[in-house]
Amino acid sequence: MQQLLQQLINGITIGSFYALVALGYTMVYGVLKLINFAHGDLFMWGAYIGLTGLSALVALMSQGGPILIFPVSIIVIVTIALVGVLIERVAYRPLRSAGRLAPVISALGAAFILESLARNIYGASWKTYPTGLVPAGRVALVGGVRISVMQVLVLVVSFLLMALLYLFVYRTRIGTAMRAVSLDHEVSRLMGVDVDGIIATVFLIGPGLGGMAGLIVGLYYGSFDFTLGWTFGLKAFISAILGGIGNIPGAMLGGMILGIIETLGAGYVSPQWKDVIAYVILIVILIFRPTGLLGERVAEKL
Amino acid sequence: MGNLMERLRRIPLAWQIGLLALAILLPLPLNDYYRAVLWRTGIYAILGLSLNIIVGYAGLFQLGHAAFYALGAYTSALLNLYFNIPLVLTWPISILVAAFFGYLISRPILHLRGDYLCIVTIAFGEVVRLALVNNIFGITGGANGLSGIDQTVLFGLTLRTPLHHYYLVLFFLVLTLFAVRRLENSRLGRAWMYVREDETAAEAMGVDTTWAKLLAFVMGSGWAGLAGALYVARIPVVSPDLARFIESVVMFCIVVLGGTGSIPGVFVGTLGMITLPEIFRFLKTWRDAWMGVAMVAMMIARPEGLWPSRRIRMEIRGEE
Repeated sequence: MQQLLQQLINGITIGSFYALVALGYTMVYGVLKLINFAHGDLFMWGAYIGLTGLSALVALMSQGGPILIFPVSIIVIVTIALVGVLIERVAYRPLRSAGRLAPVISALGAAFILESLARNIYGASWKTYPTGLVPAGRVALVGGVRISVMQVLVLVVSFLLMALLYLFVYRTRIGTAMRAVSLDHEVSRLMGVDVDGIIATVFLIGPGLGGMAGLIVGLYYGSFDFTLGWTFGLKAFISAILGGIGNIPGAMLGGMILGIIETLGAGYVSPQWKDVIAYVILIVILIFRPTGLLGERVAEKL
Repeated sequence: MGNLMERLRRIPLAWQIGLLALAILLPLPLNDYYRAVLWRTGIYAILGLSLNIIVGYAGLFQLGHAAFYALGAYTSALLNLYFNIPLVLTWPISILVAAFFGYLISRPILHLRGDYLCIVTIAFGEVVRLALVNNIFGITGGANGLSGIDQTVLFGLTLRTPLHHYYLVLFFLVLTLFAVRRLENSRLGRAWMYVREDETAAEAMGVDTTWAKLLAFVMGSGWAGLAGALYVARIPVVSPDLARFIESVVMFCIVVLGGTGSIPGVFVGTLGMITLPEIFRFLKTWRDAWMGVAMVAMMIARPEGLWPSRRIRMEIRGEE
C-alpha cells in the first residue's frame, strides 16, 4: 500500500509534465486541427535555454538557490513563446488552406530543424543541470510516504499554471474567442473575432507552457539530451489523445492518467516495457475510442 | 516547362533502355565507396517505391514504414542464424512476414484517416523498435542486434563486393519499377487513386475501399520487407536502429518531396535524401536541418513535389 501511494505520487509528478506539454498540442489542434509536431522540440528547447540561463546565472552569482529559477523561467517562457509564434507565422500560416497533408509535413520539417539545431549547437552528449538549486530534502507524509521538495515544487508550479490556463480559457474574452475559433473559423470571423490574432495567442501560450515544462523537467531529472523532445513529445501527445484532443481539461486528465499508468507499469511490470505500454494505450484508444475520454469531437472518420 | 515535364513523364522505350544501360555502367568507373552509395540509393529507391503505394497511390499516411524494413531484415537474419537457411531462400519469407504484419496493423486502423492514421503508424513503428531493443522472446539480441549472418550465395556465386550487391539491388529495383508501373495503371491502381481523391464517391461507385486500402498496406509493407532482406544480404549485422523513426521520416520525405504518387519523383527524392548527403558529408551533420527546411519550403512553394504525377498536380494546381 505504501509502495502504491509512493508510486502514485511519482506518477502524478511525471503526469504533470505530460499534462503541461499536452496542453500545447491540444490547444493548437483545437484551433488549427493540426498536430504540431514541432511542439515536443520547443519543449526540449525550453530545457536547453533553461540550462544555459541557469548555468550563466550560477556562474555570475557564484552561488545557487531556488530564487534563480524565477528569472530564468521568465526568459524561457518568453523565448519559447516567441519561437512558437515565429513557427506558426513561417511554417503554418501560409498553409492554412492547403489541405491536411501539407501542414503535417511542414510541422515535421519544423521539428527536424529545431532538433538538428539543438544537436549541432549543444552537441549530442547528455547535458547536466547545475545542482543544489532546489533543496534535496524529503517531506514525510501520512503512512510513511515521502515526497521530495522538488516534487512539491513541480506539482505546485504545474497545477498553478494549469489553473491559470483554465481560468483564462473559460473566464476571459480572449479565452471565449479561442473556443469560438476552435469551433468555426469563418463564423468567428463574422462575429468580429480576430482569428489570426487568436491563433497567434494560442502559439504564444502553448509553447510558453511547453518551454516552462522543459525547464521543470530539466531541473527534475537533472540531465537530458536532444532526443528529449521526441520521446517526451510523443508521450505528451498520447496524453492529449487520451483525454480527447482539442479538450483542455482532457489534456490535463490524460497527462495524469498516462503518468500514473507508466509509473505503475514500470514498478509492477517492467521498466523496459513502460514506453511500449504507453504506445499500446495510444493504439488501443485510437482504434476503439478516437474521441478520447473527455472529447466530444468526432475523430476524422467519414 | 510543363510541356517538357509532360514529355519526360512518358519516357519512351529507347530512353528506358538508355537509363538501364546507364544504371548498369555507372558504378564501373567508380570506387567502392561510391558503389556502396549507389547500393544504398537502390535500397531506398525500393523503399520509396513501396511506400509510394501506400502514401502516394492510396493516400494513407504511413509514418512507420521503417518497422517493416526492420521486420524483413530481422526475418532474414533470424532464419539464417537459427535454421541455417541460405539468405536467398529467406527473401520470400521476409516479404511474407512483413506483409503479414502490414495486414495485422492496418486491419483495425483503416477507418482512421489523415493525421490520426499517421500517429498510429508512428506508435506501431516505435513498438516494433522497442520490442527489438528489449530482446523480445530472447531472440533479437537486444540493442546490439544480431551479427554473424552468412554471405549471400546466388546460383553458386558468393556476393562479396559492393558491385555484386549493387547489381542485385538493381535487379530488384527494375523488377519493382516494372511492378509498380503495372499496378499504377491497373484496375486496383485506379481504385487506390479514387479512394485517395474521394473515398465516399469511390465507395458509391462500388469500389471496395477497405479492401483497396488493405491491399495497399499489405503490398507496400511486404515490399519494404524485401528491401530489409536485401540490406541483410550485404550488411551481416542488423540492429533496432533500422526501425528508428528518423528512417521512417526519410522514407516519407523521399515520397513526398519528389512528388507524391510519382515514380520519377521517388528517384528525385532518393537523390535528395540519400545520395547527396552521402556524397557531401558536410550535408550529413546538418541533414536533419536541411531535410526540415526542404520540407517546410516545399510545402509552401511547391506542395505537389519536384516531379509530380499529373493527377496530383491537377488536384493541387487546378486544370492547366
